[in-house]
Amino acid sequence: MTAAFLYGGAGILLFALGLWSLLVHEPLLRKLIALNIMGAGVFHVFIAVAHRGDGTPPDPVPHALVLTGIVVAVSATALALALHNRLEQEASDSAKSTPAPAAGLVSGLSIRPQSDPIRHE
Amino acid sequence: MTTDSLILPIALPLLGALLTTALPRIAPVLGVIAAILTALSGLWLTGQVWGDAAQHVVLGGWALPLGIGVAADGLSASLLAMSSLVGLGISVYAVGYFSGSDRSPHFWPLWLLLWTALNGIFLAADLFNLYVMLELLGLSAAALGALTNSREAVAANLRYLLVGLLGSMSYLLGVALIYTAYGTLDIGLLSERIQPSALAATSVVLMTAGLALKAALFPLHFWLPPAHANAPAPVSAALSALVVKAAFYLILRLWTDLFANITTTGAAFILGALGAGAILWGSWRALRAERLKLLAAYSTVAQIGYLFLFFPLLQAMPPGPARDDLFAACVLMAVTHGFAKAGFFLAAGLVQKNAGHDRIDELGGAAQSMPATTFSIALAGSALIGLPPSGSFIAKWVMMRGAFETGQWWWLIVIATGTLLAAAYIFRVLSRAFGQEPTPRCFVTDARAEIPALLLALSSVALLGLAAGPIWSLLGFEGVQT
Repeated sequence: MTAAFLYGGAGILLFALGLWSLLVHEPLLRKLIALNIMGAGVFHVFIAVAHRGDGTPPDPVPHALVLTGIVVAVSATALALALHNRLEQEASDSAKSTPAPAAGLVSGLSIRPQSDPIRHE
Repeated sequence: MTTDSLILPIALPLLGALLTTALPRIAPVLGVIAAILTALSGLWLTGQVWGDAAQHVVLGGWALPLGIGVAADGLSASLLAMSSLVGLGISVYAVGYFSGSDRSPHFWPLWLLLWTALNGIFLAADLFNLYVMLELLGLSAAALGALTNSREAVAANLRYLLVGLLGSMSYLLGVALIYTAYGTLDIGLLSERIQPSALAATSVVLMTAGLALKAALFPLHFWLPPAHANAPAPVSAALSALVVKAAFYLILRLWTDLFANITTTGAAFILGALGAGAILWGSWRALRAERLKLLAAYSTVAQIGYLFLFFPLLQAMPPGPARDDLFAACVLMAVTHGFAKAGFFLAAGLVQKNAGHDRIDELGGAAQSMPATTFSIALAGSALIGLPPSGSFIAKWVMMRGAFETGQWWWLIVIATGTLLAAAYIFRVLSRAFGQEPTPRCFVTDARAEIPALLLALSSVALLGLAAGPIWSLLGFEGVQT
């Protein structure tokens, strides 16, 4: 039982650490790693739940959920990296003509009000 | 038969997404066929729920704690009907909007995938499938929003993606805690077992916060305006009308079904207060917006606020016909906004395409060159304001009566101020649009693109206002008590 508590507690701790890092750090890569650490925290909790005491086989349902969760996390990370890649490409393309405001672009979760830019097709 | 009607609204768009991916050259044709079939299956299911009440099916022959449940009741059927009709309108419009564009092959698979996820959320009966569908919704929505390929659109949607991921992580942790305590994820089984406890309260907070982030509840709305305003018009319509509704639907479902005996007046008041903030701030920013699509995006923030005002009222109202009225009014408000905002965004997209910009101050003459589009904006606008006979007029009426009856008069001030601000920002657009002579020669200038917008706006006013009764009967309630 203690083992399950340790696992679950560690999971919650990882979630909190990831959340803090996601909100505090600017670079996209750090944000993505933070999100993945949060995910790992939640998966830890699920795995701790599956433990039903020594000698009895673990509950299979949380394991299945964790597997699905990992797949979802991988695809989400891939999409975020692809979008980021496109931004970087555009930034390097337009760097010659106009100086790009690169710093603000990936400030994912900062609650600063945006200046509402819209560009037209 | 029940199995078919419950599965088809999820299976058909998924099949369509696969086919449009495999055959990109005929993607628009396949996409429209898939859209028509999906809409029909959604309406068929709605009809069934109307006739024989709630439907429930467990897939694959596995018994409930292990099997995957799919269910439809009045609430999910109403929203499913909305997603069917609005989705169909958006699909027809998208054929014209993207014709000849190299983005068309990218649009269709993503859009059909988004529709799959939406219908999946409305029909899923267990918390984990809801998580999977939420993630699918977030991923396809962010990818669709970035289709414009402009720097702003990609940056805004990257941020939207991160916000969405954070929201679903928070939701998933709540689900993990629920499973720890009760050992099941099926909403029906859970609502019988759930008891007030610290663990349950924590998971309510985590799940509600995560979903509120996805529903863009003030002050967590910061990601919405840039993401919605920079997307291509059909995508903006889908994001604003449907995607935020999915997150709202889940909060409503959790609060009224699952956590009905855990939620407290204080917690509901907080949701209501945030909703009030959303109404005032969103309407104010909409009034100050320089561009039509940005105005529409901020108006979404405000309209989401109205939906959250229902929570303190529902919490305070004792069960009975009056509470049923409030609940139905809440659903009516969400559905009306779905139609109105979709119509508004589609029409705004036409203005942008026709004039080359959507700056409100330079809209002069829009009424003369595009009469049907301007009429759509005006119709959708009257539903956003809540003028009779639109659906939101009835919803606001019931909401204000509920506020009186439960003694929460302060919400009335918020509703009245929000309505005035909405009137101001809609009339600001219209006053600019009617800025020039001469009078138009023909009403409809581009039938394929204008008619979906016009029909959606018209149904938000005429269909949902004059014929709001079916929503009550779909939810299994008696008629409006006035």
